[in-house]
Amino acid sequence: MNNPPPVLQVRVWRGAEDGAFQSFEVPRHESQTVLDVVTYIQRDLDPTLSYRFACRVGMCGSCAMTVNGKARWTCRTQVASIAKNGAVDIAPLENLPVIKDLVTDMAPFFDKWARAKGQFRGEHTRKDDFARIQPESAQRKLVDEAIECIGCGVCYSACDVVRWNPEYLGPAALNRAWTLHNDGRDVMQTERLSAVAGDAGCHACHTQMNCTERCPKHLSPTKSIAGLKRAALAAALKGRL
Amino acid sequence: MSVGHASSASALHVRTQVLLWAAQRISALVLAVCVVVHLVTTIYAIRNGLSAAEILSRTRGSAGWAVFYAVFVGAVAVHAPVGLRNVLSETLNWRGRGLDAAMALLAVALAYGGWRAVYAVVAAG
Repeated sequence: MNNPPPVLQVRVWRGAEDGAFQSFEVPRHESQTVLDVVTYIQRDLDPTLSYRFACRVGMCGSCAMTVNGKARWTCRTQVASIAKNGAVDIAPLENLPVIKDLVTDMAPFFDKWARAKGQFRGEHTRKDDFARIQPESAQRKLVDEAIECIGCGVCYSACDVVRWNPEYLGPAALNRAWTLHNDGRDVMQTERLSAVAGDAGCHACHTQMNCTERCPKHLSPTKSIAGLKRAALAAALKGRL
Repeated sequence: MSVGHASSASALHVRTQVLLWAAQRISALVLAVCVVVHLVTTIYAIRNGLSAAEILSRTRGSAGWAVFYAVFVGAVAVHAPVGLRNVLSETLNWRGRGLDAAMALLAVALAYGGWRAVYAVVAAG
């Protein structure tokens, strides 16, 4: 970065749904992340600012916010890559209830994982031998492509279908269902396909790919959802839904 | 927070929802072909100023055009109501039995009006 402006003009969302932006001036540093900016504001300018973070290294998925209008993981987002004329707007994630400032209520997001049967259910007990899944098998490779989700909610926040249809399960929950659909040990297959199919499930996806565009882990929930659409259609045609 | 079924937003069974989704995509494939044939034929037919009587003289008694436009109308009657059902639920938040009944009615109206028109141009005068 060449000669960053010494001060960053930051507008941060304050309050709940009916809140407003508050302006702060934050000293600019090289390699500064958006999370660094928020942390500076809380520690040095206004200790009443609420926000979430934990790991600071892109593993825990707790620091996602809307930065200059786009959902991002703030701990791995460099200010240099997103600041416009030395200014940054930081707001809570969209499509989720705002509790206070930058903190959203993630319950609807994770409740949908449960509705999508995001739980693994096997039939082996500790007395059985290990299941043997070949790393090179087609099914296991499909799981590998989708398994690294950190549950940050960025895809859910970026999805227009979630905005239009509050019942829609959303990209992350469907992506999770897809990994379990391809898990050879799982025994809840038909039940899960029934849970994720139809108007509130995978078939509501318009393939706009906002989730895939925004996913910080470079996963493609769109591809997972397409897989679920095909699997659910096959099950419907066989009368298994 | 609801812990119900993904299909809870609709009165239709989840299998029906999936089959409607498939029907809309299959009808879209049919429509893509039908629209191209229809447009090309229309432009070709009226190139030299064809009158209604001349068009009718070609379509009347033609089994080929009867089947083609009957299929075209059938695809429209499937495609439009399913698509409109999504549009209305996403933009007006209209869901449930009332919407499904209205769309079924629309499907019947499109099929009736369309097939009636097909009959009028292909039945011997």
